[in-house]
Amino acid sequence: MSTPAAAPGAWARFLDSDVWFSFRTSPVAMVAAVIAFVCVFCAVFAPWVAPHNPFDLAKLELGDGRLPPAWMDEGRLRYLLGTDDQGRDILSALMYGARISLFVGLASVLLSVVVGVSLGLLSGFVGGRLDAFLMRVCDVMLSFPPILVALLIDGVGRAMFPDAHEALAFGVLIFAISLTGWVPYARTVRGSTMVERNKEYVQAARVIGVSPRRIMLRHVLPNVLGPVLVLATIQVGQAILTEATLSFLGVGVPPTAPSLGTLIRIGNDFLFSGEWWITIFPGLMLLLIALSVNLLGDWLRDAINPRLR
Amino acid sequence: MAVTADKPLLEVRHLRVEFPTRRGTLLALDDVSFEIAPGEVLGVVGESGAGKSLTGASIIGLLEPPGRVAGGEIVFDGRRIDHLSHDQMRAIRGREIGAIFQDPLTSLNPLYTVGRQLVETIQTHRPVSAQEARARAIRLLQDTGIPAAEARIDHYPHQFSGGMRQRVVIALALAAEPRLIVADEPTTALDVSIQAQIIALLKRLCREHGAAVMLVTHDMGVIAETCDRVAVMYAGRIVEIGPVHDVIHAPAHPYTAGLMGSIPAMDQERERLQQIEGAMPRLNAIPPGCAFNPRCPKAEDRCRRERPDLAAAGATRAACWLAASPPGDGR
Amino acid sequence: MLAFVLRRLLQAIVVMLTVAFLAFMLFQHVGDPVTSLLGQDATQEQKDRLRQELGLDQPFPVQFAAFVGNAVKGEFGISMRQGRKVSSLIADRFPATFELALVAALMALLIGIPLGVYAALKRGRFGAQLAMAVSLLGVSLPTFLIGILLILVFSVFLGWLPSFGRGDTVQIGSWSTGLLSADGLQHLILPALTLAVFQLALIMRLVRAEMLEVLRTDYIKFARARGLQDRAVYFGHALKNTLVPVITITGLQLGGLIAFAIVTETVFQWPGMGLLFIQAVQFADVPVMAAYLCLIALIFVLINLAVDLLYFAVDPRLRIERTT
Repeated sequence: MSTPAAAPGAWARFLDSDVWFSFRTSPVAMVAAVIAFVCVFCAVFAPWVAPHNPFDLAKLELGDGRLPPAWMDEGRLRYLLGTDDQGRDILSALMYGARISLFVGLASVLLSVVVGVSLGLLSGFVGGRLDAFLMRVCDVMLSFPPILVALLIDGVGRAMFPDAHEALAFGVLIFAISLTGWVPYARTVRGSTMVERNKEYVQAARVIGVSPRRIMLRHVLPNVLGPVLVLATIQVGQAILTEATLSFLGVGVPPTAPSLGTLIRIGNDFLFSGEWWITIFPGLMLLLIALSVNLLGDWLRDAINPRLR
Repeated sequence: MAVTADKPLLEVRHLRVEFPTRRGTLLALDDVSFEIAPGEVLGVVGESGAGKSLTGASIIGLLEPPGRVAGGEIVFDGRRIDHLSHDQMRAIRGREIGAIFQDPLTSLNPLYTVGRQLVETIQTHRPVSAQEARARAIRLLQDTGIPAAEARIDHYPHQFSGGMRQRVVIALALAAEPRLIVADEPTTALDVSIQAQIIALLKRLCREHGAAVMLVTHDMGVIAETCDRVAVMYAGRIVEIGPVHDVIHAPAHPYTAGLMGSIPAMDQERERLQQIEGAMPRLNAIPPGCAFNPRCPKAEDRCRRERPDLAAAGATRAACWLAASPPGDGR
Repeated sequence: MLAFVLRRLLQAIVVMLTVAFLAFMLFQHVGDPVTSLLGQDATQEQKDRLRQELGLDQPFPVQFAAFVGNAVKGEFGISMRQGRKVSSLIADRFPATFELALVAALMALLIGIPLGVYAALKRGRFGAQLAMAVSLLGVSLPTFLIGILLILVFSVFLGWLPSFGRGDTVQIGSWSTGLLSADGLQHLILPALTLAVFQLALIMRLVRAEMLEVLRTDYIKFARARGLQDRAVYFGHALKNTLVPVITITGLQLGGLIAFAIVTETVFQWPGMGLLFIQAVQFADVPVMAAYLCLIALIFVLINLAVDLLYFAVDPRLRIERTT
């Protein structure tokens, strides 16, 4: 004569899940998450969190240029990590730069996921020659290093629109980077789609007349979300690094919106005169972001993998 | 088939195997005890998850972590082997105790020829020259019924069919002349038509080489054909053990009786197969007392409270309060 | 097997044609092809005549065929920025990039594979965890940052190694090599190391992951059950089975080194093809971009082919038909 307990809500189930347990007991994952969170927070809220606005030309004092970090001689607390030759505060430039870097990174991964998942669904479901063709394209794309693809697209874009508007330059850049990353999603989703497609319930649904699109969206997609999430997490790190590399090479973000890569490039010129902080701190920030994202991606992959549990 | 009452080749006493998990420690084998005499074929039968494979893995020392032996003893030829060092155990494997696994396709390294794998095994355990080893390998292949052994010794595993591969596996297991073979479901992955051949081969070769066999399977038919004695396992425990004929035709434990009843028989008139209600409990939900009591048609109060040990019950030994021999035999 | 090789060759040709098509499109629609070929200072008359000569008024397939014909001969016209023939520019720069990539590849393989095996076998020990942590750093640091850090430590602070250019090179026929002089070798160290780090980390992680998978297989379990020595189990069986897929994946990766060199060459001002390409992108120098594209595609296709053949040679399951 006992009343059955209420079924646990979604939050309670999450707290009891293996994934959360794995997170709680993995110090690495927790630290990485904290670091990632701090970086993202600073980046997103840079205009409010940063001590200065390095792009406000009116506020710059050239006399404050080339100051070392605060803990060294001649450093000043006002500019915690030093300044560059124009008097811009490195710490603030870091945060604004991270903002740009994160924006480009996330946007390109998002585009990659959308393109890759759609193509994968299409390829897996339709099969036949379309599938074979798409897989060949994937093979070819995979064998080209991402830098090269991004450079080419960027170069072509540059040549075709020499006086590009800033937004267009960003668009081309995001498109270029996203093109380097869509293949793994397409492959994974295609694989899962093909597996699901052959299952009886799909065939039954087709016989009844349910549209293929509905089948794909309602049944295949949920199964694929796990691996796609892991891939996306790792790819955000790679996308950020690719953008940084392109900006370092001078063919990335426009100079009016410097990302971490741009900052490193600018700072590189001062390396030999001893003002190492101008390039090293943006570099460290880049490293922190990439590292924490990679660690989270690694942990997530192990946590979701049923075989390792 | 009478077996001389020598000192037993293998004694397992009160073996306990644990699996620490994040939700607590699971007891996968709980107080398992049995013996194998030299040259004897002992069958170990039970449902999936009853602990048969784990028993075999513990004996040969290949328990996968985090599983570990948490109690009891394994004594081989008078010597304790359950807590030996890595090197000491390695010396025993192959030479004294051999193993055969279920899937012949994945048991053989696809990148090496069958001959190389045989010769390597032989030379690891005996100081013979390469030619001598190769000659022995060819003889082994011929013994296991592989035609044109001299040519096929240089073939790769994927060039053999499933049944042939298992013959190669048997040859490999016997290559160093062990005295005990642990065979874990050796025919489950094979075609039904080949199963009988392979089992007969295994039995014959082991008899010829003087090796005892611990045959783990869920197929009672195989047990009936091949074994001298059989142990029935349930939820990590042995519930009945005895000579094959007695266990099959006069089972003392209700679970064994249920198993026998569920086997279709040609010589009986029966309308429906008997089924045992319910399912074997999961390792983290084993009931107190006798593990079988929720499904047992004859369960009494005592069964639900106290766990029975193996005790004489007619011609076999069974872990059941109700099957114990009638009072008056010295209890 | 012959069928397999033929099929791969056919695929290779298709890929090359596709790339040639893309390069051709670049030529046609980005910038003026005539200007590309003649340079900026040609007169209108010269341009018109060339237009006719080149058959730019011809139908598309004819033009494309001509382009491919020229490309196969290595003829890509004149660099818009430098005024020299593209083919000679590339020929000049090729040895520098090739040597850099070769040394980096060797470093990545000779350090990465042993470390990966070690990390798999001694899993959980401090050394292995340290190696994995360092490898994580290796894939999280962008190549240019690694280069900058190395320059900072070894050139600026310690002053041990040079950070700029190739140093003294020795000319052997038309190939200038930096491997035969001490100065050349010194200049090679930091750039090669920079280029190698990412690949090294990847290889190490790949080898470790693959080896851990292999160690879980039934045939390794069976090998242990037969009492084989640890050495035989790990290095005779597990290692060989690990390396077969790894070597093929690695081969493809290393092909990418030639392209990855772009960044390294920029950081160290290494006079190779990569630096040439970057300058071409910055100046929208189409002939150079097109030529580089085709050359890289060719290298990739060749490496792909070589790797496929390698796979064939190593895995008996592909070589020998099943005889069941």
